[in-house]
Amino acid sequence: MSPSVRLQEMIRVIRSARTQCEERGVIQKECAAIRAQFRQADNGGRSHNLAKLLYVHMLGYPAHFGQMECVRLIASPRYSEKRVGYLGAMMLLDEKQDASLLITNSIKNDLSHSSPYVQSLALCTLACMGSAEMCRDLAPEIDRLLKTANAYIKKKAALCAVHIVRKVPELAELFNTAARSLLTEKNHGVLHGAVVLITELCERNPSALPHFRKIVPDLVHIMKGLVMSGYSPEHNVAGISDPFLQVRILRLLRILGRNDDEASDAMNDLLAQVATNTDSSKTAGSAVLYETVLTIMDINSECGLRILAVNILGRFLLSNDRNIRYVSMMSLQKIVQTDHNAVQRHRGTIVDCLKDQDASVKRRALELSLALVSAANIRSLMKELLLFLSCCPPELRAQTASGIFSAAERFAPSQRWHIDTALHVLTTAGGDVRDEMVPSLIQLITTATELHCYTVHKLYRALVADISQQSLVQVACWCIGEYGDLLLRGECEETEPVQVTEDDVLDALETVLQSHMSSPATRGFALTATMKLSTRISRNVDRIRSIVSIYGSCIDVELQQRAVEYNALFKKYDHMRAAVLERMPVIDRSSPGHDNGEPAVIQAPDKTKNNPVVTLTQEPTNQARDLLDLLGGSDEPAQPSTVQPAPAAPVPDSGSAGGDLLDLLGGLDSIPVCFLFFLTCAIVPSPVTDPSVTVYEQNGVTVKLRCDRQTDVGVTATLVASNTTDSDITQFTLQAAVPKCVQLQMRAPSGDVLPARGAGQVTQTVHLNNPNKVCFFVCLFLPFYQPDLCPYFLLVTPEHKNQHSTY
Amino acid sequence: MMRFLLLFSRQGKLRLQKWFTPLVERERKKVVRDMTLMVLGRPPRSCNFLHWKDLKVVYKRYASLYFCCGLDDKDNELLALEVLHRYVELLDKYFGNVCELDIIFNFEKAYFILDEFLMGGEVQETSKVTVAKSIEASDMLQETMEEYMSKPAF
Repeated sequence: MSPSVRLQEMIRVIRSARTQCEERGVIQKECAAIRAQFRQADNGGRSHNLAKLLYVHMLGYPAHFGQMECVRLIASPRYSEKRVGYLGAMMLLDEKQDASLLITNSIKNDLSHSSPYVQSLALCTLACMGSAEMCRDLAPEIDRLLKTANAYIKKKAALCAVHIVRKVPELAELFNTAARSLLTEKNHGVLHGAVVLITELCERNPSALPHFRKIVPDLVHIMKGLVMSGYSPEHNVAGISDPFLQVRILRLLRILGRNDDEASDAMNDLLAQVATNTDSSKTAGSAVLYETVLTIMDINSECGLRILAVNILGRFLLSNDRNIRYVSMMSLQKIVQTDHNAVQRHRGTIVDCLKDQDASVKRRALELSLALVSAANIRSLMKELLLFLSCCPPELRAQTASGIFSAAERFAPSQRWHIDTALHVLTTAGGDVRDEMVPSLIQLITTATELHCYTVHKLYRALVADISQQSLVQVACWCIGEYGDLLLRGECEETEPVQVTEDDVLDALETVLQSHMSSPATRGFALTATMKLSTRISRNVDRIRSIVSIYGSCIDVELQQRAVEYNALFKKYDHMRAAVLERMPVIDRSSPGHDNGEPAVIQAPDKTKNNPVVTLTQEPTNQARDLLDLLGGSDEPAQPSTVQPAPAAPVPDSGSAGGDLLDLLGGLDSIPVCFLFFLTCAIVPSPVTDPSVTVYEQNGVTVKLRCDRQTDVGVTATLVASNTTDSDITQFTLQAAVPKCVQLQMRAPSGDVLPARGAGQVTQTVHLNNPNKVCFFVCLFLPFYQPDLCPYFLLVTPEHKNQHSTY
Repeated sequence: MMRFLLLFSRQGKLRLQKWFTPLVERERKKVVRDMTLMVLGRPPRSCNFLHWKDLKVVYKRYASLYFCCGLDDKDNELLALEVLHRYVELLDKYFGNVCELDIIFNFEKAYFILDEFLMGGEVQETSKVTVAKSIEASDMLQETMEEYMSKPAF
């Protein structure tokens, strides 16, 4: 048979291939030759062939046919073949392959081999890819090797034991005693292995901590020896004696000293010594200092030591080395909550790091700066943050903007300042402001009643200058629509007023409407604003009328719907127009319904044959998404099932009525019937002539919905239930659930008994806050006692109030 | 512990890969792809530390090779830089002024050196001299065997 090409020759040939295709050709030929060779009997070139295969594997080509060859080579008596065989095993076999079990026996034999280098091969392979079964099989061997005299084997056995403990935590006790005895060694490799092993044992098994705390004095002694010893050429790195071992010891001390006063006391002196004596001009020294700082902050150290640690971090911040700056900011981030004042002292340096070139450093500086904002430094810090916003990299802008908003919200010294800051952010980074911020901004503007004039003037100027930033444009349109009269009045105390005519304002809004840069939501804002202006201006109402009617045939369904409704408002309901479009009241800062936990899906009993049943069980989000993210959160504990959540004032999590729905799971056995129907709320204010819409009418029970008030962002409605059957309906309750982005408040119902034959009614007021102006379903749940009724769905849309979809 | 150690060239060609956690082939390829993209995309004078999923990634460029390792959250990044540097020093000592070609044509030796320095994702031996001596001794063992085996039997 032809002699196969040697490894280096093959590499040369592959590298000289000019195209991918050529390379593939060469490799395929080689692999075929290798496969043929594998099938042959032992011919002395096996290790070369496997090495070639491993090279090909590294280039990304399949090499699974070499797995059995690895097994064979490992069993070979020749060291060269074993070496390559074990290397192949580590590269080609992982614990998920069946072939890996076959090498267990070879490893076992090699662990008792006479040559330590063969033993080391076996140990290395076991530590790299040993599966749980292999570890279980071989753990006693490793334990034996931990007690051998040869330091070379001992250190490897220690790390092998670490791997075993990671794979099979139950075997940890096996190594407890051996680990402790290893600490008496002088050999640094063995010491290092011992420290790593003890660290792993302590982390896996906290009950072993008391046992290992006894070694703290020994560790302190070893560490002192390292720090105080003279120059040791063997272990010296940039003036530090064995930084690898020092760092591991410090890490172990951290674990042992945590939450334990006695251990922490024992290491106080040592930590102070290391912190003051270590030279941090090179990375090795900085690594040791960094680990020291982390240890000091984590154990019960005394006050002076903690201040020393924070000062070290502050010194790191001034370092020229970017890595050290980054690392110190990471640590400061961790301790900013607990040692806030200490970190505040370095605020200046941190803020300077905002101007660093490196993106990672900037990101850390931003997070830290936002964490350091307090009532005392809000003004100065905000100046820096706003400066940063104007020149920060694009990927950080959204985070900066929302950080600034939340900081402003918490610590704003005055409303004027708050609005100024918000406007500044909008004008600088309006395109990166998250969509959820727009409603909060609007809410903020409405609350600052004295500043409406000022706000609308500033926003108008910004709008005219630039209509590409969606969030800015949305807020501006809303303000102009709402406060257009103030704008047109042309006088303002706080700022230079803009002298505009009605035409100018309408021009601006129309530009937004027509611009291709405006998103559909923005155009909706603009159209609504235009409509609102019809009650605030005197002369150009016809122009508004014509704009509105043009958009009545717009392709965008959303805009078309709005335009059609506004048209109707002009034509048929002109008498109501002023009332509908009047100035909005101050929006309640109601509890955030946003983070209500997982949407809930609830199980309803299927009493019928053919009607679809809503499957509602408490499932993770991805299932609920199938139901269009219908239902709100469900993280409330069980409440009495017949009592409505009816706070008069907004209560946190009252927006989540999903919890009530879950109660019904418990109550479902006794309540044989469940009715579900959906209520779609219009996004825009829509006129409702007949104020009351029947949402449910069956089997003698009628539930009507009466819209009391509708705004851009919410609906207040009253549900009126009546009963025309011959028997009273008791325990009548209405419950509702809304998606996460909508907030729901239900006032107390007037009662829970529906008297027979329409003798009385039960009313309940419901308020829905829809800040994101999304289309949503409200799931209303009506359990009440009446037998033999089937569940079904009803879709009602108030503006198309004559359409009821039943399915 | 170190989760993986990768060496790749400026063109993204992999020169060495060492995995300390069990991953299937497809996942390994994905990690390699992500690492090369992330590291090669960094501007020249930036920080050597990155975040990727729940790992810290530490990388350092030596001539035409990038040395990249993935660490647990608890590990010390500055020390990882020292580990990478120590490995380069070991290679340099062994090959004598090591360059990328040495690692390409003698990749199995680079692995053997790595296996004497790191094990199970942790540093095995902190003394350069001891590691060098062990490698030398293993090479001697191999050569002796080879010489013996290559003696013609006929």
